[in-house]
This record gives sequence, C-alpha cells and structure tokens, in this order.
Amino acid sequence: MEIIEHFLYTKEHEWVNIEDNIGTVGITDYAQQALGDITYVELPAVDKEVEQFEQLLSVESVKSASDIFSPISGKVLEVNEDLTEDPSILNRYCYDKGWIVKVEISDADETSNLLTADEYRNYLASLDRNDNGESAEE
Amino acid sequence: MAHRTPLYQQHVALGAKIVPFGGWDMPLQYPEGILKEHEANRRNCSIFDCSHMGEFIISGAADTTGLDRLVSQPLADQPVGTCRYGFALNERGGVIDDLIVYRLEEKKWMVVVNAANIDKDAAHFRAHLKGTGVFNDVSFATAKLDVQGPLSRDVLRPLVSGIERLTHYTFGVFNVLGEEVIVSRTGYTGELGYEIYYPWEKAPRLWEALLADPRVKPTGLGVRDVLRVEVCYPLYGHELSEDISPVQAGLKRFADPVKDFIGAEALRTEVLRGPSQQLVCLASRSRRAPRQGHMLFTTDGMPAGIAVSGTFSPALGIGIGMGFLKKEFTSHGKEIIFGDEKFKERADLVARPFYKEGTLKG
Repeated sequence: MEIIEHFLYTKEHEWVNIEDNIGTVGITDYAQQALGDITYVELPAVDKEVEQFEQLLSVESVKSASDIFSPISGKVLEVNEDLTEDPSILNRYCYDKGWIVKVEISDADETSNLLTADEYRNYLASLDRNDNGESAEE
Repeated sequence: MAHRTPLYQQHVALGAKIVPFGGWDMPLQYPEGILKEHEANRRNCSIFDCSHMGEFIISGAADTTGLDRLVSQPLADQPVGTCRYGFALNERGGVIDDLIVYRLEEKKWMVVVNAANIDKDAAHFRAHLKGTGVFNDVSFATAKLDVQGPLSRDVLRPLVSGIERLTHYTFGVFNVLGEEVIVSRTGYTGELGYEIYYPWEKAPRLWEALLADPRVKPTGLGVRDVLRVEVCYPLYGHELSEDISPVQAGLKRFADPVKDFIGAEALRTEVLRGPSQQLVCLASRSRRAPRQGHMLFTTDGMPAGIAVSGTFSPALGIGIGMGFLKKEFTSHGKEIIFGDEKFKERADLVARPFYKEGTLKG
C-alpha cells in the first residue's frame, strides 16, 4: 500500500498535500483499491466553500457510490477536469495525476486534526488487525 | 457462520475480495477488477462459482405430486432434456422465488433456486408436494460452475464430449473428468454459456481444469450483477420479491396463462386490472448510475417510483438500471429523473435489453 511521506491523511482515506496555503486533495491508494474500478467522479464547483470533514464530492465505482470528504476547510480553487473524461486515472495514479481538487486553506491550524504518513500507516495496520480479529472469531 | 462453497480456498488463493451474499461467503471480484472481468466474459470466456445456489430433485409425475401447482411454467408438455424458467408464487401472485425446472426424466425433475431462498423454498415445496412425490434437497451436495462467454463452447469441447448438441435451454448428462453430470446451456450473462452441476467435493478439480485454459478467467458476483443488468435479467430481492409479481416485473410470459398454479388467480386478475407498478429500464445520460433505492421522478419533479438495480455499464459506457414506475406514470414520456437528496440525473426509458450484442443463442 503506497503512502506518500509528506502528505497528510484522514481516517476516511483522503490525502492533502499543502504548499503555500493551497491544499491539493485526493484519495489514497487504500481508498482506490477498496473502491475498485472508478467509473464516475462528481467534481465540486470551483469557488465552493467547504468545511473540514464535510462532503466535498462523490465518486462511483462499477458497483457502488461513495462520498469523499474534505481534509481541510477552504474554497475550491481548481478541479481536475481530466477525471471527468477518464475516472480510471484515480485507480492508476491516485497520488499525482489523480489529484481531485485544490483548496485555498482557510484555517491552517486544522492540520492538527489530520494524520501524518506514519499515523496513517498505523491506522491502516489497525484496520487490518481488526479484519483478522473478526475472521479469527468465526 | 456463513456457508462456504467447495471453491472457497481457490477464491482466496486467487486473491478474491470475499463478501457475504445470501448467507454465503462469496467472491465479489478478483484482483484484476470488474472491468477486466466484464471484458473476459463478453469477449472470451469466464467462470463463476455458483455452488451457493440450490438444487431440488423431485421424483413423480408433475400433476400427482403437486409440482405442477408449485411453479408458474407449463410442465406437462416440457420435453425431457429441456429447462424452463419460471416462478414459485404466493397466493397474492408475489414471487417466492424465480427458478429453472429441468425435466430429467418423464417423472423426475430438478429445480434450481436462489441461494438465499433455499430454506424458504424447500419448506414451501415440502408443504405442497403430496402423494407419491419424493423431494430431495441436494443443494449442499451439488456444486455449480457457470462457464459463460462467446468462447465457452470451444473451452468446454475437450472436457465435455458432445457439448455441441446442446441448444439454448437444453441439457444433457455428460462425462466430465470422470463424473456423470448434468450440463445445461443456460446462464445469467446474455452470452453463450453453460452450467455444470458437479459433485461438491470434486469441484476444485473441475475449476482448476477450466482455469488451466488461458482463454478462461475467474469472475465474481460483482460482474455477474453488471452482466445481468446489461441484459435486464431479474435478480431476486431487486426486480422480484414476495410483494412483486411477474406481471409487474414484465415477466408474465413465464407464467402459463391457463394452468392452475398457486398465485395464478391473482396474476389473471392483475393482468385484467393492470399492474400497480411496472418495471422500466433506465439509461442514464451520463456515467453516473441509478442505484437501488434511488427515487424516480417525472421531468416536472413528481415522485414516480423507485430504482431497484443499477450499475455502470462497461459495454455502453453509461450508467444503467431498472426500477418500478407507479401505474399513473408509465405513459408519462420517455424521460425520467433519478437521484436522492444529494443529486439528480436524467435518464431515458429504453426497451430491454440494454446490451444487444450478446452471443446467447449463437
């Protein structure tokens, strides 16, 4: 499972990469694998204001629809239009070409609510342990 | 604890994502994903483990055992060696299950039912069979492998000598890897395909033999649902239920119009009065798909029904689905809106099936 060291993460499996008060947001490798083949991305409107952990957009895979939440509060500056034409970019390049939106961050202190790469890695490991725990109880 | 098919270990070894389905742990998809599995089925050949499905063997004449009253399809004129699709109904005309009847011999039948309904169906059959009829639930002794896709006949030729003679909805008993088993030309994908009923514990051998052919890929329940929606086949719990009749689901041709069976009276009344709701096929204007539970609206915003199935269609490149429209909206135009509290999308009402290139009768 790929994790980028200097990005920040949510427990809902979004990532944000912050540079000069602009957060580039996407979904993690774990998320894209769990979703399966992604077939539709509903991009938010440019200038949309979002609160941290509020629904930002939704994506659909062949068999399901899922909400994606904003890791950080702010205003949507730009959306990745390429995803409309080819949603499978999210499966293939979730950390670079598969970025979804860029947000102008309104409260930089909110990053304390996010997970570092190490914390996210530990969080994934704990999910894994829970999975194994469940099957051991059968 | 959920049931496991005799191929559970094979699915795990292949890296399948396992999900609960109708009381069973089943492979949803394999690592290559649903789109690749779709391509394998529509272009080449794919195999599904459907060992979870139920099989009943009934011995005796259709009329004296009461079997004829249990199912909607005509049995008296069904030739030995053929299959017929139909329903077991309740007195209200609602569907207890959809099923296929195989006439094994003049007085011997196999009934194939949905996994989640095995216990309910067995109780219903036992309650209504009478006289000299013998009922045997062989579900847990019978594995079922579905070999589906345009190349399925070519793939099976070396394993099933004489496979060519099977026409659509017929079956035979063949020697497959040393076992005398039923092979039918049936399926759930809209492609040329076969279902092999195989001894439970020997199923891994057949599965491995099929996968040894490089033209064959394993496919899971995820793509199975996509494929069946593309050809508008019903799935119990979605298009059919105890509260939905075959008339509402657009399937009344699978109910004999003259014979006496449980629910027949209710169906005839419903045909005369017109059903309260009707199944429709929805082709989305975008890649966004209708999903089970989405509301359906007229273009002027009137609530008109509900979606019961939906998926992205890899064959068409758009979202597709099925839903029920209330009677008063069935002739309200060819456009419908689907969605929930978060979004609305336009769809066209289209004739079934969505996907028309299937090799089913090839």
